[in-house]
Amino acid sequence: MRTNELINMLATGANLEQTSDPWRRLAYAIGSGALVSSILMVKAIPVNPDITNAIQLAAFWQKLGFAAAIAAVALLMVFRLSRPGVRLGNVLPALMVPILAIWILAGIALVTAEPEARASLFFGNTWKVCPFLITMLATPVFAASFWAMRDLAPTNLRLAGAAAGLLSGAVGAVVYCFHCPEMEAPFIAFWYLLGILIPTVVGGLAGEKMLRW
Amino acid sequence: MSAERLQDLLVRGLDGDSRAYHGFLSELTGYLRSYLMRRLSSLPDDVEDLVQESLLAIHNKRHTYDRTQPLAAWVYAIARYKLVDFLRGRAIRDSLNTPLDEEDSFFATSNTDAAEARQDIMKLLDQLPEKQRMPIIHTKLDGLSVEEAAQKSGMSESALKVGVHRGMKALAALVGERR
Repeated sequence: MRTNELINMLATGANLEQTSDPWRRLAYAIGSGALVSSILMVKAIPVNPDITNAIQLAAFWQKLGFAAAIAAVALLMVFRLSRPGVRLGNVLPALMVPILAIWILAGIALVTAEPEARASLFFGNTWKVCPFLITMLATPVFAASFWAMRDLAPTNLRLAGAAAGLLSGAVGAVVYCFHCPEMEAPFIAFWYLLGILIPTVVGGLAGEKMLRW
Repeated sequence: MSAERLQDLLVRGLDGDSRAYHGFLSELTGYLRSYLMRRLSSLPDDVEDLVQESLLAIHNKRHTYDRTQPLAAWVYAIARYKLVDFLRGRAIRDSLNTPLDEEDSFFATSNTDAAEARQDIMKLLDQLPEKQRMPIIHTKLDGLSVEEAAQKSGMSESALKVGVHRGMKALAALVGERR
């Protein structure tokens, strides 16, 4: 086939295929993923029975803010990385803001605590399950954002996959906040971050194959 | 400036002016060919295939173009992605070792000297299922309107549009797979 014949074909009826807006579909996919993740949390690992007291604590909003801030930056990354020729800009420094903030708070908490209390600040009671439950709650947004991104045009597949994984991990962590009884900054700074990073790494590894177009 | 004129043609094309869109694709082809010839100097026989694959990709992904974005950045990113994908398939990475930032010079040289492509997209069309193939033949090759094509094929207009959309995506995937 000659190239000018292909051009004729592409330009004929040029406007008729635009059946839906893939950007809106990406937004819907992420929103539905977050909803499914919340239902999963309520059904599989119920809401913290003490939640009415928990939400009155500054520490609760601190951990929720940490996860939500990462989710916001990751959302921006997903949208930018899905559009060819758009630079990431200053998102990596922006991503470091919530992480450094929680590390500083964790550092202060550990330094000012009595030496014998430090281990319980770091490990809490649930460190063994926390990263895995966050990863589990990440799967709906992970699958939904990968599905929707295939209709867009990511050109750096590894980074785009990692951004989708980061977003899913951060949304999973936001949802997990409503189950998790832990409030201490050292716990959040390590175990929550680990739970967010597991889907990020998986996303980066899967992106190369699954996001190809 | 050719970049501004091309951008204008694309924007008008996205608004439904198929003649402007045709002009955009035709003129863009020269720049794509020139770019791909520079980067694929050791594989000249593959240039025209990759020109066609890039055109198909640009068409299928045209909804990702933001009208406020410089056209060169968008087109260059897609062409480069298709080039890298192609070279990865062939396990040839050498020619990518020169990290030239060519985005700024993308519209500097054009080559309108078309060689014969090796792949035949028409033949790939035969591999598509009927409900994708017929909508494409009716609307994009015979030039029927959506209403006419819907009548002729007995499909609803929305099913027809979906058929064209999915068919074009399937076609692009087949082109990529064949290598």
